[in-house]
Amino acid sequence: MCELPPSRLPAGPAEFTIEQYARLAAAAVADAGLDGRVVDGLVTGQLGESAMFVPSTVAEYLGIPANFAEIVDLGGANAVGMVWRAAAAVELGICQAVLCVIPGSWNVPASPLKPIPGIEERSWFGASSNLFGSPQAEFEVPYGNLGQNAPYAQIARLYGEVYGYDPRAMAKIAVDQRTNACATPDAVFHGQPITVEDVLASPLIADPLHKLEIVMPCQGGAAVLVTNSELAGRSRNRPVWIKGFGERVPYKTPTYAEDLLVSPIKHAAEQAFAMAGLSRGDVDMVSIYDCYTITVLMSLEDAGFCEKGKGMQFVRDHDLTFRGDFPTNTGGGQLSFGQAGSAGGMHHVCDATRQLTGRAGAAQVPDCSVAFVSGNGGIMGEQGALVLKGD
Amino acid sequence: MPTPTSQPYWDALAAHRVRIQYSPSLGEYVFYPRVISPHTLVDDLEWREISGMGRLYTFTVAERPVSPHFADDVPQLLAVVQWDEGPRCTTEIVDATVHDLEVGMRMEPVFCDYPQHAITMLRYRPAR
Repeated sequence: MCELPPSRLPAGPAEFTIEQYARLAAAAVADAGLDGRVVDGLVTGQLGESAMFVPSTVAEYLGIPANFAEIVDLGGANAVGMVWRAAAAVELGICQAVLCVIPGSWNVPASPLKPIPGIEERSWFGASSNLFGSPQAEFEVPYGNLGQNAPYAQIARLYGEVYGYDPRAMAKIAVDQRTNACATPDAVFHGQPITVEDVLASPLIADPLHKLEIVMPCQGGAAVLVTNSELAGRSRNRPVWIKGFGERVPYKTPTYAEDLLVSPIKHAAEQAFAMAGLSRGDVDMVSIYDCYTITVLMSLEDAGFCEKGKGMQFVRDHDLTFRGDFPTNTGGGQLSFGQAGSAGGMHHVCDATRQLTGRAGAAQVPDCSVAFVSGNGGIMGEQGALVLKGD
Repeated sequence: MPTPTSQPYWDALAAHRVRIQYSPSLGEYVFYPRVISPHTLVDDLEWREISGMGRLYTFTVAERPVSPHFADDVPQLLAVVQWDEGPRCTTEIVDATVHDLEVGMRMEPVFCDYPQHAITMLRYRPAR
C-alpha cells in the first residue's frame, strides 16, 4: 500500500494524472517488496488526460500486460469497489497481482496552448452532470440541488426529525477523529486538536452541518496491491486478507432514494460479514467513510454496529479514538487526515491496512486483527464494505 | 431544459398543472420522466395529471451558495417534496422562512414562470 500525506496546497512539482498513477503504483509495489513485473491486473479511477480508454492507457504507461483492466466510477466508493474487484480477479485465478491506484492531486501541468476545458464549471456542479439530457441537469441543478453539502444536510435534517438530533454527539465524531489525527504525523490536521465547542462554534454551512463536520479537500493519492497468497507470503509486510466484501448502488440523487434513512451500506455490510464468516463483535477497528459526520453516524447504524436510531447514544457511550473501546478512523479519517479527491476513499483502506500490519505508529490499536472498511460515493448512493483480517 | 421525453411534464407546468408518469406494471407513479418503467423495465409509462400537493420530506438551509449561480439566493431553502401519489421531487421553498417549516407538513405547488426562458419551475410553499 501507499498513501501520500495529504496537503492543502500542492506539494512538489505539478504532475499529470498519468504520472501520478505511475508514482503511486511504484510506491505500492515497493512497499510490498515485490518486483513490478508480477503485476498482471489493473483497476483505475478517472484519468485527467483522457476521458476514454483509461485502463489501457494506464496499462501501456506502466507496462502492465493486464489480464484484467477496468475503470471504477463510484466516487468515494471507488477504493472499496476496486479492492473487491481485484480480489475477485485474484480469487478466480485470472490475475496474481492487481494494482488499485487513485491519484489525488489536481496540481497538473497546464498549457495556455491546450487549456483544460471547463474544469471550474465541473467543480461547481460537484458530482452532478450539467449536460443536456442528464436527469440532474434537468431536475436538480435548476433548483440548486448540486454539490454535496445541501443533500447531506437534508439527510441529517430528516434523520433528526425521525430519530432525534444531538449536535454534541455529532461533533464528538469529528473531535475523536481529530484526536486520532493528532497521533498521525501525516494527517493534514496533525497537531491541531479540537473540542466539541469548536465544532459547534464553526460556521453553519448547510443547516445542521457545521464547517468542522465537513471534509476538507486536499491533494494526495493512494494505491494498494492485491495479490494471491503466494505473493502475499513473499511480501515484507503482514498480509491482510480480504475476507468479505459487499456493494450496493441504488441511486444518484437522494431525492429518489427508496428510504433516505436506510443507507445502502446495510446490504453491503451484511454481505461482507456473511462472506467473511465474522460478526460485528469480531471487529477490532473500523474505518468509516466520513465526508460528513452524518455519514459516519448512519454508516455505524446501517452496517450493524449499533441499533438503528441509537447512533447518537452509541457515539456518546463509546470512545472512538485509537485508544478507545471502539477505534474509528484511527488515522484521522478524511475529516482530519484529509480528503485527496477520490483517493479519500482509499484512505480508509490504508488506515485499516496500517492497523492490521502494525504500522499505525502512535495511533496503533493493540492486537488489531479484524477491520471493517466502508466506502461511500455520491450522496450515499454508492456504497461498499470490506472485512479485512490480519494473517 | 426539456427533452423529447420530458416535454409533457414541462408543458403541463407551463399550464400550471402537474403531470407525471404512471406505470401499470409497477402500480406506481414515476418521477422523473423516463422511457421505460423503473423496476419492472416494462414499456408502459403513461402521463397522468396529479394535484401537485404533497408533504415536506426534508429540507435544508444553504447558508453558503451551492455554486456562483446561486450567490444572490442565499439563504436558500432547498427541499424534497413527496407528492401524495408517492414520488418525490427536488424543489425550493418560497413564501416562507425556515421557522415556518416542519418535516411532514402539507405543501402546495407554486408555479414560477420565466417567459424569457420559456420555462416554468415548480416550487413549493406551506399549504394554506
